[in-house]
Amino acid sequence: MFSDYSLSELGAIFAMQGFAGLILFSVFVLMALGLAIIFGQMGVINMAHGEFMILGAYVTYLVSNAFAAYMPALFGAYFFVAMVLAFCASGLLGMAVEWAIIRHLYKRPLDTLLATWGLSLMLQQAFRSLFGAREVGVTIPDWMMGSMAVTDMIEVPINGIFVMVLALGISAAIYVMMYRSGWGRQVRAVTQNRVMAGAVGINTERTDRMTFGIGCGVAGVAGAAFTMIGSTGPTSGQAYIVDTFLVVVFGGAASLLGTIASAFSISQAQSILEFFLSGSMAKVITLLVVVGILMLRPQGLFAMKLRK
Amino acid sequence: MTRTSFLKRDEAVGLAILALIIFVVFPVMLDDFRLNLFGKYLTYAFVAIGLVLCWGAGGILSLGQGVFFGLGGYCMAMFLKLEASTPEATAIQSTPGIPDFMDWNQITALPVWWQPFDSFALTLAAILVVPAAFAFVIGFAMFRRRVSGVYFAIITQAIAAIVTILIIGQQGYTGGVNGITDLRTLMGWDIRPDGAKTALYFVNGVLLFVCLLVAMAIRKSKFGRVLVAMRDAEDRVRFSGYDVASFKIFIFCVGAMMASVGGAMFTLQVGFMSPTIVGIVPSIEMVIFCAVGGRHSLMGAVYGALLVNWAKTTFSESFPDLWLFGLGALFIAVVMAFPNGLAGLYDDYVKPRLPMRRTAPATQPQPAE
Amino acid sequence: MADKKTFPINPLSRRAILAGGAALGATLFLPKGLRAQDFPTDQVNTTGLAVTDDTVQVGILHSISGTMSISETGSVQAEKLAIEQINAQGGVLGRKIETIQEDGASDWPTFAEKARKLLVNDKVASVMGCWTSASRKAVLPVFEQYNGMLYYPTFYEGLEESPNVIYTGQEATQQIIAGLDWVAREKGAKSFYLLGSDYIWPRTSNKIARKHIEDKLGGKVLGEEYYPLGHTQFNSVINKIRLKKPDVIYAIVVGGSNVAFYKQLKAAGIDMTEEAPLLLTISVTEDEIRGIGGENIEGAYACMKYFQSLENENNREFVAAFKEMWGDDMVIGDVTQAAYLGPWLWKAAVEKAGSFDVDKVREASPGIELASAPEGYVKIHENHHLWSKTRVGHAKADGQYEVVFETGDLVEPDPFPEGYQ
Repeated sequence: MFSDYSLSELGAIFAMQGFAGLILFSVFVLMALGLAIIFGQMGVINMAHGEFMILGAYVTYLVSNAFAAYMPALFGAYFFVAMVLAFCASGLLGMAVEWAIIRHLYKRPLDTLLATWGLSLMLQQAFRSLFGAREVGVTIPDWMMGSMAVTDMIEVPINGIFVMVLALGISAAIYVMMYRSGWGRQVRAVTQNRVMAGAVGINTERTDRMTFGIGCGVAGVAGAAFTMIGSTGPTSGQAYIVDTFLVVVFGGAASLLGTIASAFSISQAQSILEFFLSGSMAKVITLLVVVGILMLRPQGLFAMKLRK
Repeated sequence: MTRTSFLKRDEAVGLAILALIIFVVFPVMLDDFRLNLFGKYLTYAFVAIGLVLCWGAGGILSLGQGVFFGLGGYCMAMFLKLEASTPEATAIQSTPGIPDFMDWNQITALPVWWQPFDSFALTLAAILVVPAAFAFVIGFAMFRRRVSGVYFAIITQAIAAIVTILIIGQQGYTGGVNGITDLRTLMGWDIRPDGAKTALYFVNGVLLFVCLLVAMAIRKSKFGRVLVAMRDAEDRVRFSGYDVASFKIFIFCVGAMMASVGGAMFTLQVGFMSPTIVGIVPSIEMVIFCAVGGRHSLMGAVYGALLVNWAKTTFSESFPDLWLFGLGALFIAVVMAFPNGLAGLYDDYVKPRLPMRRTAPATQPQPAE
Repeated sequence: MADKKTFPINPLSRRAILAGGAALGATLFLPKGLRAQDFPTDQVNTTGLAVTDDTVQVGILHSISGTMSISETGSVQAEKLAIEQINAQGGVLGRKIETIQEDGASDWPTFAEKARKLLVNDKVASVMGCWTSASRKAVLPVFEQYNGMLYYPTFYEGLEESPNVIYTGQEATQQIIAGLDWVAREKGAKSFYLLGSDYIWPRTSNKIARKHIEDKLGGKVLGEEYYPLGHTQFNSVINKIRLKKPDVIYAIVVGGSNVAFYKQLKAAGIDMTEEAPLLLTISVTEDEIRGIGGENIEGAYACMKYFQSLENENNREFVAAFKEMWGDDMVIGDVTQAAYLGPWLWKAAVEKAGSFDVDKVREASPGIELASAPEGYVKIHENHHLWSKTRVGHAKADGQYEVVFETGDLVEPDPFPEGYQ
């Protein structure tokens, strides 16, 4: 298939395809980080993760409308406000959900799965009642929708760079929080031994609530960012859920580094396959390989060394 | 516990009541249309019974039961489709004698793996063997490596996603997103008229009871008790010298076969099979049927499937908006307030008031991990 | 296919036709002479349908929950509008239409179940409904078994011709060929990249498109591929498109994937307002653009039979009435308009037959003309599809299409096209 093209064209295409893979990687990281915190650290399966993302997307939609109506001059910058608000909205809702539902179910992880699935249905219906069944169009500031021409052939989408920077930033922030802060030490302590953590004076309930809230908040930010590349509708969140869980499980549930490594390998595999095959088959093969590896190595790529 | 007979008295009474409801009350009370609907609901009860064995008894939560339901359904649909695609009925196609959707996709000969479905006997065998084999492969890979609980749930869910994408993507062989439609006769017997649907309802009911009795037998056997022990303390069972993985694989295969039988009956009664019945959402809904009925109760599973589906039809007819809120709230309520579902409510509130000879006070089973 | 010639647009004659159509519409529907007592119930309803001396029941069967509700809401609204207008004019054979609405919940078995309920329990005289091919395939055996009549509004892949369905949308050849001819003739397009969501309509449509491009236009298909429904990452295919440099990207992406596809296309620097590559779609109506955002699809061409911006008296009235009933911010796409035709076509057939009996309605249907249609003039073909014009629209930033081409003649529906299978 390449014989018709000059070397420089091929080089450009491979550069851009590599970049496409990196964008997919960033998307996966953004999707999975929030879940990795919640699932990895707390062992809670949050099936409503996609809905928390879509909540962030709807917040972005509202903020963009508010800016367009009241301060059109600042429209180019609304996205940053939207991301902060999306974080707060999803995070607060997450804390409320933790208080109302999740905290009663810590000993029954499979039941959190059912309860959060129920929650996701209710959220979907709430979105539908509030915003209508149709998808909403989120207007993205012009400066974010263009592309940069690096050479004649290579064009780099700006929203792709934005998603990458965001993924990098959030990963770094979470790393600092988890491994370089007192709060992170508390979270890890609770993960490893809840009773002992409580005994040494850590408020485990508050830690759980904060962890869940931050996980959901990160999902909200991801949702806000995805308005640039995807759709915002009541059921859009469901599209993300399988990919997200696979990334987290494939990475090894308790390891943030594993999540990032697995996001990287899955995204590169899918992006390369997509280039050579039709999209549907690329997806099936990627999923099959992931499931196959998981069957051989169920603990994922990076497993926490824990006796079970 | 002393074992005097296969069934304890209250179990026998429970079965009799269920039989009365399925074979007498519904056919008498409901018109043909509603009876056919309830027949459809009952096909989900097969899955729910299988789930009670896997999840309630074995502690294995599969979020991919829709795959097995679909495998059974597709096997039956392939047989019926071949029967409907006689060269005479498909004369306008460029290749007469093959299913219409194959012709639309430029397939000119029946694929090899479709050919066994010309025979009814092989189809019946496939309905039992194919899902069991598939479940065995999944179970063997996972349980041997001690994958369990949440991981197993998520991997089975991914498998449901893969199978759905595959079926949709290979539309020349599977009918794609439309599924296999326009099924007419079963060995020359027209399955579409109301009379046929009623007959199928009774066949369905009988098969359901067969599954129920098989499931009860498994639960009561020594095997069943090992299973429960495994759910509660897997390591202790392992240290006692039992091969935990084999037990899990076996029960997972049994659950898959039951789901598959349900799927085949679904195809017969609804008249088509499509990938929407295989995917993630229906698979999770099947778990909720089981949870609502009571994850430990085989008969509860039947009532759960009936109740949830009936409520879905009724409420979605009158309040489509409220329905999703209701269903979501039901999930949450069942998990938080009634972890043992209908059966738990019965045990807590109804049973103590019954003027029946009390058996030893049943210890409340704890919700499974 | 060769005899379905399309002519460059002649504004004068078009206006003349439209004016004539409007006049014809006035004569067809304004007289309120039909009184129920002239048509005794036992004569107009011999098969036990839900028809009384002053009412007749009609079913509406669409998804109002689940993923498809996004698309089907517009159809429900259009059907209700048409029914309200018919009732305001005195109903059908002097009987007011009462609607029974059922929710298919985006789930095909539910569609079949509800279709059965409408036909068996409610005994409705006809059903307006379904959207996806899968839902239509699911209800089809039910309609054939209980002899119901379904008015199906969506443009679809063809390969079907049921005596129990009137297809008010276009089948694939009607929709596709005129558009391809137009880009080849007007834009000099030679090479095409076909792309779609992975299910039967895009696949069949692309099959027809490929045949037409290769055999009739002498063009080249540089690539053809499909993505699962709901797919949101299109960067790889965009790179492939960049590499192959087609003149035309022929896209049949549907649902939420649409939004992702067009946003990513724009972000990747493929500017559709420039000449090459130009983008031709048959799946993006004004409805979808609301989700995509007009600024993200500006410059694309769409090929279908109706656009909200059509300039004619019928359409102006229709758009005004639709907005008055459902709100000023509503947009109307191709399928919504086709759904609007359903109740009118049924009314015309019933009144021609002088009976609600499904068999008589079926017999009366071929040849029914509707000059008051917002799209202009349509006529039911022997094969239960509609003769209709095909138009090409050019997407503007405000989310509307500007009509840049319209076939001179009505295009004949051909659900089983010779040489395209």
